[in-house]
Amino acid sequence: MNQLEVGIQGVKKEVLSMWNLVESQLEKSRAAMLNFDRDLAREVILKEKRVNAFELKIDRDCENIFALYCPVAVDLRFLLAALKINNNLERIGDIAEGIAKYIIESSGDFDRTLFESTQVLRMYDDAINILMDTRMAFEKEDTILARSIFKRDEVLDDINREASGRVAAAIREDMSIMDDALYMLSIIRKLERVGDQSKNIAEEIIFYIEAKVLKHMESEGKN
Amino acid sequence: MESTIVRSVDYNAYFGTNHVVKNVNIEIPKNNVIAVMGPSGCGKTTFLRGINRMHELIPGATAKGKIMLDNEDVMEMHPIFVRLKIGMVFQRPNPFPNLSIYDNVIAGYKLNGIKLPKADKDKIVEQSLTKVALWNEVKDQLTKKGTFLSGGQQQRLCIARAVAMEPEVLLFDEPTSALDPISTSTVEELFHDLKKNYTLIIVTHNMQQAARVSDKTAFFYMGELVEYDDTKLMFTNPRDTRTQNYITGRFS
Repeated sequence: MNQLEVGIQGVKKEVLSMWNLVESQLEKSRAAMLNFDRDLAREVILKEKRVNAFELKIDRDCENIFALYCPVAVDLRFLLAALKINNNLERIGDIAEGIAKYIIESSGDFDRTLFESTQVLRMYDDAINILMDTRMAFEKEDTILARSIFKRDEVLDDINREASGRVAAAIREDMSIMDDALYMLSIIRKLERVGDQSKNIAEEIIFYIEAKVLKHMESEGKN
Repeated sequence: MESTIVRSVDYNAYFGTNHVVKNVNIEIPKNNVIAVMGPSGCGKTTFLRGINRMHELIPGATAKGKIMLDNEDVMEMHPIFVRLKIGMVFQRPNPFPNLSIYDNVIAGYKLNGIKLPKADKDKIVEQSLTKVALWNEVKDQLTKKGTFLSGGQQQRLCIARAVAMEPEVLLFDEPTSALDPISTSTVEELFHDLKKNYTLIIVTHNMQQAARVSDKTAFFYMGELVEYDDTKLMFTNPRDTRTQNYITGRFS
């Protein structure tokens, strides 16, 4: 393995470590929401600094490889993709932190009926699964799996689209849950962004492996 | 649409029984810079030397197929005429050591017995040295020997010598491999200027140089032309695995 390959493998390993951390941040923010665990929420907020540190390290390592080895072809595409994936993962980290902040800010335990009526838990699970499968696609260089993300993101979009109506109906039924319901709506909006970020990542995986640019293309054209 | 200036048709070159260039078909557009790259022994220099019929100067060397220059087969043209139309610059700067800078520039005319009035020669010397961005550096020392100049200046003098004959095509065989980075950069900048008037074909081992200076790149491997495409495409998404392995340094 030459030095460029060593550097690229190093970046790939770091991106995967960051990915694991971001997944764990999302899972913990879900658990913190479900169990109204403020300590766990605080842990998510603290660990966001580690996500940021990963972002800076990956940026710096990519910059060094560009400067020292002038990568071309698949190596160049990998590094360009790694930079963007890094950025998307950092934003997902921000989303987990944002949700954790809601838990700390809110006055008390969320009304549990909202988890079901707003479909927030289903959305959480879908978002986490999508992120995990995107990681798998990156790790195994599996563009079929990467392409499957586009369709699955649409499910999150659907839940998000219907969320306003669901939340409004819940509030109409019981005005006392208004604050909780609005938090749920904000969490749903954030989880929808996880889907968008995962979709962006899937596009980068396909770009790096197949040299195809799928950005700004309608879903039908991406397959 | 760009017009083709050089075209090889089923070109093959041999050293004795050793088949070093195999069935190369390539079209080189006018006023482009073409980089030819590949590992040592892949036939890239032999192919380059075939274009201006220098290959056949080597004892035992033969060639088959056609090299067309402006739709004329160079194999059917007088070799001297071919080399007037297709100039060549080599790896090491090789100005004639006994000639002045001035005489080096017009050496092609002298060697071919072409007599010119002094005013014409002065004009050719100034124009040629200006084209290679050397005029301002040497205009006050034209009578000094060419070897008095630095390595980078000597190489530009050699390019001026080739340019002085008003060729259509300039061949370069690793033209900067003996130069420092500053001189290399000056020569590379020169390629961008020269392509306005000439077509440049450059054999280089330096892949970054190929990426920096050329419009199209040809990749040779074991005598075959494996891939020939726009340089941007070649360095971002090569079609052939062998090209990808070579440019990413994974060649075994």
